[in-house]
Amino acid sequence: MDIFSRLFGRSKTSKAIAKERLRLVLIHDRSGIPPELLNVIKNEIITVISKHVRVEREGIQIRLSHTQGHTRLEADIPIISYRQAPIGSPLRTTPKTEAQR
Amino acid sequence: MAGRAITITSGKGGVGKTTVTANLAVALALLGRRVTAIDTDIGLRNLDIIMGMESRIIYDIVDVVEGQCHLLQALIRDKRLPNLHLLPAAQTSDKTALSREDMIAICQELKADNDFVLIDSPAGIEHGFQNALAGADEAIIVTTPEVSAVRSADRIIGLIEMNGKGPGRLIINRIKPAMVRRGDMLDTYDVIEFLAIELLGVIPEDEAVIVSANKGVPLAFEQSTQASQAFHNIARRILGETVPFMPIIEERGGLLNRLRSLFRFP
Repeated sequence: MDIFSRLFGRSKTSKAIAKERLRLVLIHDRSGIPPELLNVIKNEIITVISKHVRVEREGIQIRLSHTQGHTRLEADIPIISYRQAPIGSPLRTTPKTEAQR
Repeated sequence: MAGRAITITSGKGGVGKTTVTANLAVALALLGRRVTAIDTDIGLRNLDIIMGMESRIIYDIVDVVEGQCHLLQALIRDKRLPNLHLLPAAQTSDKTALSREDMIAICQELKADNDFVLIDSPAGIEHGFQNALAGADEAIIVTTPEVSAVRSADRIIGLIEMNGKGPGRLIINRIKPAMVRRGDMLDTYDVIEFLAIELLGVIPEDEAVIVSANKGVPLAFEQSTQASQAFHNIARRILGETVPFMPIIEERGGLLNRLRSLFRFP
């Protein structure tokens, strides 16, 4: 039964699940950034960006990746519309949709 | 010429550090090398029982550092191999009885009279692990193809590098070919991909390991089983030989050559 559901792509092998879970946990372990901190960062980024443009909250993706010994924070923030910055604000340029560190 | 001190460690307990230490010690001794194995798991010694020497312990490593005996008096010689010795851990002292400086001094002294000093590390990343690493020139990380063991191994590899003893080489223990085939176990390739260190060997799950522990005769004394063969292959790789990996890895095309290329040996 198990093998049939796998053949028809209805369930992943437990190895595939293990690999995905390991990938995530190792990124957090290696960077020392706990998953919860990522949520905090995400909310603060939304707050800052929202001052200048309207963003699509549901589509926001913020994740850590780890390649070749470097951890990077990737943020993908869909923008709905460019909101005119308040008068007197120095930030009149469109923020980039992908912020990297 | 001074020998090499190698720590065998894992982070997680129960992955087979002690079994690997005992069998590599026997395999290296059978290849004619002078070997002393040190059990650094103070309070939970086990290497003595796996090597079948538990009834002959008079002094232990803590007695040595406390000056109760000389280092040579604490060494237990194997009954079959005169070039194989064990320095047992203390069973009653607590782990603070040993310091990093003690370990460095003991390893230094043993290296003068041995080709290999194999240090069996306790589980964890605390005091005992730091001690086990202190006197080592290099490290072997033992893991199993399970998420918890691989995660611990990744952490340990980082700590070994921080201590300037890195990156260490990897032994994957207790792989079950049938589970790998079903997609229910990480394979060698997956583990290497995560941990990104050199592979020293792969040991298949083998009931003979338990039988040999029951008897107190490490598996490596016979070459009859797959696991035993794996230990002998690893011992030869430690000596610098290029030994092909066993068929469990060859099941995936092209991988063998990739793994071979990881080795810097001629």
